[in-house]
Amino acid sequence: MTNDHQHFIPFPSKTETELRVIKMGEEVILLDFWSSPFGMRVRIALAEKGIDYEEREENLNNKSSLLLKMNPIHKQIPVLIHKGRPICESMIIVQYIDEVWQNKVSLMPSDPYDKAIARFWADYIDKKIYSIGKLVWVSEGEVQEAAKKELVECFKLLEKELGDKHFFGGQNLNIVDVALIPFYTWFYALETCGNFSIVEECPHLVGWAKRCMDKQTVSNSLPDQYKIYTHLLELRNQHLAHLKG
Amino acid sequence: MGEENNNVRLHGNWASIYSKRVEYALKIKGIPYEYVEEDLMNKSHALVQYNPVHKKVPVFVHNGMPVAESLVILEYIDEAWPTHTPRLLPEDPYERAVVRFWANYLTHQVPESAKKVFFCKGEEQDEAINDLHEKLALVEHEMVDFIPKDTSKIKVDTLGILDIQLITLFVAHKAQEEVLGKKILDPEKHPLIYSWVIALQNLPVIKETIPPHDILVAALKQWS
Repeated sequence: MTNDHQHFIPFPSKTETELRVIKMGEEVILLDFWSSPFGMRVRIALAEKGIDYEEREENLNNKSSLLLKMNPIHKQIPVLIHKGRPICESMIIVQYIDEVWQNKVSLMPSDPYDKAIARFWADYIDKKIYSIGKLVWVSEGEVQEAAKKELVECFKLLEKELGDKHFFGGQNLNIVDVALIPFYTWFYALETCGNFSIVEECPHLVGWAKRCMDKQTVSNSLPDQYKIYTHLLELRNQHLAHLKG
Repeated sequence: MGEENNNVRLHGNWASIYSKRVEYALKIKGIPYEYVEEDLMNKSHALVQYNPVHKKVPVFVHNGMPVAESLVILEYIDEAWPTHTPRLLPEDPYERAVVRFWANYLTHQVPESAKKVFFCKGEEQDEAINDLHEKLALVEHEMVDFIPKDTSKIKVDTLGILDIQLITLFVAHKAQEEVLGKKILDPEKHPLIYSWVIALQNLPVIKETIPPHDILVAALKQWS
């Protein structure tokens, strides 16, 4: 498809004279933030499919007018903009990418039942890992202990689902791998803040994570664990300072 | 999967909107099913076996294979019975992504808000109603491309996942408003959503599943 027409999407900016022109061609833009596990999911999916895209880093304390226009409901990243149109919510974006770019690897199984199982586990990861994991690195005392216990239970359940497969998707990554692997960047922070060893509790999961990281499409999409640790530590200190008033 | 080998069972609960969504999808598509009413205080062994992770309804069992989580079930039904119209999700990937976004919003954010309306009292309840109305205003404004323009044209074969999400949320709104003494669905604040809900309510497939008004009111009063 080579049609390449211009589509003006005017939107208010600080100066009010700024007009951005977004070419309604094949252009793919990702509004992202370096430490977001949700942004990482999209980066991996785009890399798996070999899609060229423009990455735009958002300042979450000063969101761009483009982000606010493209995701007026949640005002959150990631947002994928394809042919000038926004797609929001990381797992929705990942499925969109899989459905539009059918050329290479598939991130979803073809059988409807297998698809349902993959979607179930991606939903489980969405419901549990971020919120429980965050409690481990942001809180203290009893709250932290309870969250640690729950997180390990979640990881063990995921280990059971993985079984002896190479990846959740078998020989290739599927949406469950993509949904979960970004949280590997939290492991150092979780272990350090929570004072426990994930590899001791869940060796199979760590084995899976290392196999994912052996893939360039994953390792190039994820920031370094230590960088994430210092970032999360900063957020934790801000949170605790805020609590103590 | 051949028609001859289609054993379909739904474990649900009459008060669960998520359970209702799966029921409506099956009725709308004309897929025969066996329904098992679960007592949520005393869950069946089958339910726990089929959904060991969450132990919740709805659980959909197709030829002995269980599927849980209403959105996952709805997409599964759409894909496993591809010739049974109407299709719940659009074919076009972009439209499908937008519909999935709103399906998520109507599965998580709006029901959470609606729940607070029922479980809070006094000032907290007023705040919860305001929050719900704000969310509905957002839906009315931003989901406008998916709200039917001519509600007289709404028929069983034009229905999709968003119709199902919406009607399960508001099918009992008159009874709820009577019990609360407050407006949940305001035709002045949300005219498009209001007329959409009324049109859906009047479809025979929906109407025949709604308990009589006084029974609904009595049941809701028992809860509050």
